[in-house]
Amino acid sequence: MPVKVMIPTPLRPYTENKDSVEVEGQTIDEILSNLALKYPQLKRHLFSEDGRLRNFVNVYVNEEDIRYLDGGDTKIKEGDVVSIIPAIAGGNFQEKIF
Amino acid sequence: MTEQILNRGVNLNTDGVELSREEFLRYGRHLIMPEVGLEGQRKLKSASVLIIGAGGLGSPLAFYLTAAGVGRIGIVDFDVVDISNLQRQIIHTTKDVGRSKLESAREKLLALNPNVKIETYETRLTSENALEIIKDYDVIIDGTDNFPTRYLVNDACVLLKKPNVYGSIFRFEGQASVFYAEEGPCYRCLYQEPPPPGLVPSCAEGGVLGVLPGIIGTIQALEAIKLILGIGETLIGRLLIFDALKMKFRELKLRKNPNCPICGENPTIKELIDYEAFCGITPEQTLRETGFEITPEELKQKLENGEDVILIDVREPHEYEINRIPGSKLIPLSKLPEKVNELDQTREIVFYCKMGGRSARAVQFLRELGFTRVKNLAGGIDAWIEKIDPSMMRY
Repeated sequence: MPVKVMIPTPLRPYTENKDSVEVEGQTIDEILSNLALKYPQLKRHLFSEDGRLRNFVNVYVNEEDIRYLDGGDTKIKEGDVVSIIPAIAGGNFQEKIF
Repeated sequence: MTEQILNRGVNLNTDGVELSREEFLRYGRHLIMPEVGLEGQRKLKSASVLIIGAGGLGSPLAFYLTAAGVGRIGIVDFDVVDISNLQRQIIHTTKDVGRSKLESAREKLLALNPNVKIETYETRLTSENALEIIKDYDVIIDGTDNFPTRYLVNDACVLLKKPNVYGSIFRFEGQASVFYAEEGPCYRCLYQEPPPPGLVPSCAEGGVLGVLPGIIGTIQALEAIKLILGIGETLIGRLLIFDALKMKFRELKLRKNPNCPICGENPTIKELIDYEAFCGITPEQTLRETGFEITPEELKQKLENGEDVILIDVREPHEYEINRIPGSKLIPLSKLPEKVNELDQTREIVFYCKMGGRSARAVQFLRELGFTRVKNLAGGIDAWIEKIDPSMMRY
């Protein structure tokens, strides 16, 4: 089942500037790993080296944080929208990588 | 559905606070609204708001809070007005370029409403002074939008039990919320730790549409006023996300994290920490300290001596169109991984961008791949223009 994943502005350079993409998957883990397969440059922004979701990246199903659902095992229903919400800061000295 | 959270507002003592004849006229449009009225206007007059940063978010914030009749407004900033600020920092004007932002802001705000007391703190907010400055205000608004200050303001507000009105902007996207540990989640409930430096773009490099801080800043001003008046539903427990290109607002639910290190059930952070260290040193600093940096003067010398140096510009094509160092080749940072095999490891390669941050990432990346003769141009093309070729166009 294709699921709509909303991509935040800072990560759009890695999804061909698309603000949302459709990926297959039944659970959040499946969806995120399929997303990283489809857009390999996105991977290091979402996951740390041990494969865990980075702790400055939150994932929501509709308006609920997956940390308060079943985390990566959260099941997705038809019509659900997944959002990736990283910490952002405008006036920072920090800069983007690939 | 988001459950309704009653806005209890902040505690204010309005005893003995009266409006003058001039203030009755000035605030007439507030006074005739039952949600504000005389009682609400007296609350505004007895309230104090601290604005951290007199920049893009701080400008509209300070204007509207002053116009609304907030009794005392504190502003923290240590910067001077630069011409590149004027595209979005509407409290400053062309004639203010070079002046202290605080002086410039104070002048505009008192011209707008002389009834408001403006207090200024010409300093960087630090772990040493934050509690002392913040404790005397009812509502705190972080208008600086960088990670060290965000965590500092969050932690200080949690420790002092103050509401912290949050706003953040990036290109065409903005976020706003109210973090108030007494009533709901704090910023650390949302993100326990900041991203490592280098993983997130900045305003200086990422850019921002000038109107966007106006929208997010006025949302922050509105939330501050609602907290003072104790009316409506605030953004406590909600993250508002605004997409300016689509003209869409979305809303996500924020929950208090029982494991939050500062406002959770067993907090481990009980005092302010070193936030610069917590947020990590930048790749640029690392390269400077390990000798992988080159100054504009050194680069000029090498080029004049005819040494074999490859010069790579890692900015975007639209930036390269504005200016470039002669002889440089454009490889935007995002294209570097796919072009890396076109680079010769045995030759010296100097990378530059606008200010030195993106090129530092490029140098770090190549060092990880085994390149040893790679250097970062300190201060980027901005420093090159300043030190070597002032005739070049700047942006």
